[in-house]
Amino acid sequence: MILTLTASGLPDGAPADDLGFLLHKHPARVQRFDLPVGAAHVFYPEVSPERCTAALLLEVDPVALARGRARTGAPEAASLGQHVNDRPYAVSSLFAVALSRVFGSAMAGRCASRPELAAAALPLQLRLPAVPCRGGADLLRRLLEPLGWDVGAREVPLDDTLPAWGASRYLDVTLTGTVRLSDALRHLYVLLPVLDDTKHYWVSPDEVDKLVRSGQGWLATHPEKDLVVRRYLAHLRSLTDDALSRLADDGPADDGPTDDRSAVVLADELSQDGQPDGAAPSDAPVTLAEQRRVAVLAELRAAGASRVADLGCGEGRLVAALLAEERFTEVVATDVSVRALQALARVLRLDGMPEHRRRRLQVFQSSLTYRDRRLRGLDAAVLVEVVEHVDRPRLQALERVVFAEHAPATVVVTTPNVEHNVRYATLTADGLRHPDHRFEFTRAEFLAWAQEVGGTHGYAVRVGGVGPDDPEVGPPSQLAVFTRTATTEVPA
Amino acid sequence: MSVPTATTPSPARELAVPALSLVVLVGTTGAGKSTFARRHFAATEVLSSDTCRGLVADDEDDQSATADAFAVLEFIAGRRLAGGRLTVVDATNVQASSRRSLVQLAREHDVLPVAVVLDVPEAVCAQRNLARGNRQFGPHVLRRQRADLRRSLKGLRREGFRTVHVLSGVEEVDAATVVRTRLHNDLRHLSGGFDVVGDVHGCREELESLLTRLGYGLRRDDGGRPVDAVAPEGRRAVFVGDLVDRGPDTPGVLRLVRGMVASGAALCVPGNHEAKLLRALRGRDVQVTHGLAESLAQLAAEPPQFRAEVEEFLDGLVSHYVLDGGRLVVAHAGLPERFHGRASARVRDVCLYGQTTGESDEFGLPVRHAWAQEYRGRATVVYGHTPVPVPEWVNGTLCVDTGCVFGGNLTALRHPEREVVSVPALRVHHAPARTFPANEALGGTRVDGGTAAGPAAVRDPDVLDVDDVLGRRVVETADHGRITVREENAAAALEVVSRFAVDPRWLLHLPPTTAPVATSAHPDFLEHPDEAFTAFRAEGVSGVLCEEKHMGSRALVLVCADEEAARARFGATGGELGAVWTRTGRSFFDAERTQTLLAELRGAVEAAGLFGELSTRWLLLDAELLPWSAKAMPLLREQYASVGAAAGASAPFAVDVLERAAARGADVDDLLQRSRSRAANSAAFTAAYRRYVWPTQGLDGVHLAPFAVLAGDGRTFADQPHAWHLDVADRLVRVAPERLRTTRRLLVDTTDPDSTQAATRWWLEATGAGGEGMVVKPAAGRVRTPRGLVQPALKVRGREYLRLVYGPDYLEPGNLVRLRERTLGRKRSLALREYALGLEGLARAARSEPLWRVHECVVAVLALESEPVDPRL
Repeated sequence: MILTLTASGLPDGAPADDLGFLLHKHPARVQRFDLPVGAAHVFYPEVSPERCTAALLLEVDPVALARGRARTGAPEAASLGQHVNDRPYAVSSLFAVALSRVFGSAMAGRCASRPELAAAALPLQLRLPAVPCRGGADLLRRLLEPLGWDVGAREVPLDDTLPAWGASRYLDVTLTGTVRLSDALRHLYVLLPVLDDTKHYWVSPDEVDKLVRSGQGWLATHPEKDLVVRRYLAHLRSLTDDALSRLADDGPADDGPTDDRSAVVLADELSQDGQPDGAAPSDAPVTLAEQRRVAVLAELRAAGASRVADLGCGEGRLVAALLAEERFTEVVATDVSVRALQALARVLRLDGMPEHRRRRLQVFQSSLTYRDRRLRGLDAAVLVEVVEHVDRPRLQALERVVFAEHAPATVVVTTPNVEHNVRYATLTADGLRHPDHRFEFTRAEFLAWAQEVGGTHGYAVRVGGVGPDDPEVGPPSQLAVFTRTATTEVPA
Repeated sequence: MSVPTATTPSPARELAVPALSLVVLVGTTGAGKSTFARRHFAATEVLSSDTCRGLVADDEDDQSATADAFAVLEFIAGRRLAGGRLTVVDATNVQASSRRSLVQLAREHDVLPVAVVLDVPEAVCAQRNLARGNRQFGPHVLRRQRADLRRSLKGLRREGFRTVHVLSGVEEVDAATVVRTRLHNDLRHLSGGFDVVGDVHGCREELESLLTRLGYGLRRDDGGRPVDAVAPEGRRAVFVGDLVDRGPDTPGVLRLVRGMVASGAALCVPGNHEAKLLRALRGRDVQVTHGLAESLAQLAAEPPQFRAEVEEFLDGLVSHYVLDGGRLVVAHAGLPERFHGRASARVRDVCLYGQTTGESDEFGLPVRHAWAQEYRGRATVVYGHTPVPVPEWVNGTLCVDTGCVFGGNLTALRHPEREVVSVPALRVHHAPARTFPANEALGGTRVDGGTAAGPAAVRDPDVLDVDDVLGRRVVETADHGRITVREENAAAALEVVSRFAVDPRWLLHLPPTTAPVATSAHPDFLEHPDEAFTAFRAEGVSGVLCEEKHMGSRALVLVCADEEAARARFGATGGELGAVWTRTGRSFFDAERTQTLLAELRGAVEAAGLFGELSTRWLLLDAELLPWSAKAMPLLREQYASVGAAAGASAPFAVDVLERAAARGADVDDLLQRSRSRAANSAAFTAAYRRYVWPTQGLDGVHLAPFAVLAGDGRTFADQPHAWHLDVADRLVRVAPERLRTTRRLLVDTTDPDSTQAATRWWLEATGAGGEGMVVKPAAGRVRTPRGLVQPALKVRGREYLRLVYGPDYLEPGNLVRLRERTLGRKRSLALREYALGLEGLARAARSEPLWRVHECVVAVLALESEPVDPRL
């Protein structure tokens, strides 16, 4: 990965190769810096009084990168653990680190021999041939144009010979502008990882200090400040809030973040998992997910259930609501994904939960297509936005397990109403609401399914909707309540 | 069976103790209980309250710890009894209250409680206590214990002890010996063949035909009535009960079966109808329903002597039998595994009536607990009680009541042959409470007792249990012993199999990982054929087959001869012909394309004559599906093409900048050279992945290269030479050349340098032209040596292809030297374990073992391949 930095037409007729003073790197020399992220080299492909170009080339050791990351075992480093990895080639947080190490003084704006140049805005051109950019050229412009850069961006094709594949996530970037060198470097230092939206290291609270320091003078007033801060701090809400408040105060905060960081990471991850919950978030403070929880809770209360299982509980929003009501004396939370249960443990803070509440809750991994004796004989089971994650041919196995084997007195099922999807702007390629949805029911399909399941397994069925009932396409979500009739056919 | 409670003067008493029982010693402190226990039982069988006091309170005499000590004692005793181990409780147990919880414990585990009382004079005990020194039992303690003991003696049986032995005096205690007795239900020592006969219900004529069909020689009395039968050599009949009621000749059936039991030609367990008949014969007040009236009327015509014999016969029947080394269990209404070989009133009830859910169906009949669906035991359980139209195996259990009395059939299971033998009912003897289909001889009409649908015509799909896959698991394999799956891996596998895999009924197999060959000795190669040949030569394998490694995705193809075969064997109800899945169990295509592809393959297999030749109605094939892009397009684009794009944009630019610096005289030679290499590498990398990409539209452009036949009905093909497998594949290719591709191969003798050199040239040529590489397999198929299973395959991947594994720059000397330090031991061990699990699963599938037994192996392979997740919260 490589950056070239060209200066020409410096003010007051200063020679362009004064760039060497500003960077603290002599234009006649080739310098090497061995850094933890790789070997950085600084050299000058072009040096004249009119025009001077410095290059920073970082050689990342791909074997060390793959092996080192593989050993840490941290899930976020999983992609870094691959031998086939773009990190040695794309400009990323590794490069930002190299930039700050190699050009630290220049970044700080220190230059004893040319202080006036260090303080002045200079005509500069930066070239970065492979910048990974989540958000594309548009985001690149939104981030850099307000800082005085003229942005040139060429999309790098994914594969020249396969034009149908379109553009890659990389941009060949040229930035031209009259900017203080220290600012230019700090722009890159902050914004390269922001564009990439990935960091090669674990983001810790001292990142906030680095961000505030490097963003001084330009970030507080940047129109995309929130996005920059959020991405730079890897979406850790506690850190983000801290950073934003310090940027607003323009002074250091007196105490660090107190939040349980991991809990927040997850909450944040979950909030952006791409499910269009509610059409107009700003006008509708109550999300569809919340409306579903309210509806489900009302059904459980009406059924008089006290021992309740949330099957496919995810991160446990409904579980929290169930625990908040003493009437639910036993709450069982299951999910097939252990990661989801770990998320639940953090979101609900299982470790610190008061004993009397913790005693009412059981959390364990289970699967809806496998019988689980731990789930027998409960008053009610709820499947909130679960059935659509099961392949249609496997749905029968789920029905059998839930309705015939576990056979709770009441079963509440919610699922999207696919007819309503025309009201959503963003859908998957298949026209569904989530990439993992295997199908979504129309109202008629859901009703037919519910009635058939009820008939087969001896449950009376009532079907309704959740969310505003659109006259044309119905409510966004559907809900069915199954009530077990007195006797049930259980095959001998 | 039990010894009288009265004191007998004989000094050498033999105390009978059932082999599985809870033995409760009763005696005052100093009575010699511990000595007695030590003398007659293994140390591990004895749980002493003193020891437990020590465990919980560091002091065996700390009476304040008694409650905790007993909690520990009962916990351990419970675990032992659950495991079927005789357990002795060494505590005073002189109070009824302390014995009550032990009797309760025995009942919970359905074992017999036994009391052994050591009645030793107070003076002796006192002296012994004194001699032990540290004990602080005053005379008042001993006196109170004695009083308790005296009070207890008479009531022990009433408390629930099935066997009570009282030893009076030191002499008798010292002289006593303990004899362990076999439980009545324990006939494990009987082996050989058994013919397990379903509910007869007074159908004597049909019983005679069935026994004759089974090869029994009927013996008749002077009146021509059958009174006994001579079993074929080494065989024995076992009646599952319900001999009586409803049918035309209950006395005749009883006469015959009783005779066979008496002569040793048969065993018989009681059914609920026998239990009720017995109560009626004894004059108890019973409801005369469910056909009892017929029996009573028929028996009334018999002489009193016969009725008395019947009563005695019925009284002597044992609830269930465990036979043939524990491999066969017979009980009237079936029996969950935890009750096998146990003895309690509860076990008897379950044997006679089954477990019910406490609910009743629309005919007012009790709803039965689906114990067979949950059965996971190794013993075959054969039972009757609930008539079924056709006997069907459910998890190793079989109901042989085929409703003879309702016009169905009388059925027997031949064990261990697993052969079902039936004779049709001669007529409908009795109308059923709910619909039951009559046999074909009677026109196959439904005999209605109601209007609703009768017993389910289609069997419920097997329901798998999370316990079949979750937790730490140990799978027994024929080829590689016990293979352990860690809990963390099982948890990860459950998620994958639940969310993504095809129906478990199709999913018979997942392919094992293939170990790479040892790192090459050649400096420029990471992998080279030489090491493969060396490795197999070292294992004593001279003949190996080198197979071209296709540039696609591993695919398992299950194809049935027709929809009926798919329905009968795999329970498919939607007209599917099978499934095509990936190495993680995911379907390659949507339902429509899958079935289109399978219809083509079915045609090919049919045209090649393979269904007939291999005498199977289904085949599981191992194959490679091409192109890789058909399955892995997202991966190709997001990972491979992205890396190529980044490298392609960055590396040439760096070269350009460095060349300009070099032109100025800057000393960047090394850096320039490395950057040029990187630019070339990125181009080579891009070229490497492009070979795996070609456009497909639906199934157009999709090719399949089958290379092994894994299993079919009743057999696997692991021991067929690979040449045979590839020959079968070629026959398929010949009939479907547009869809199927052949696999190029070369037979090599690892001990012949000319042969191995030729193979190396073959490999160099193929990989030089962009080929992925080859897989080297023992030519014979499965190979075992005294050291164990030999690797089924070693992959030797091409130099260029490996850029897709180790990155574009892996061949740079500085990188290659470090990559050569790869450790392959774990991968090899994994490959062997997965291979053995795969073979085991296939063998189980071929034998039509219960679904959970096959699924266990499949999920184990997936688990070994999964990144562990910690399921503890």
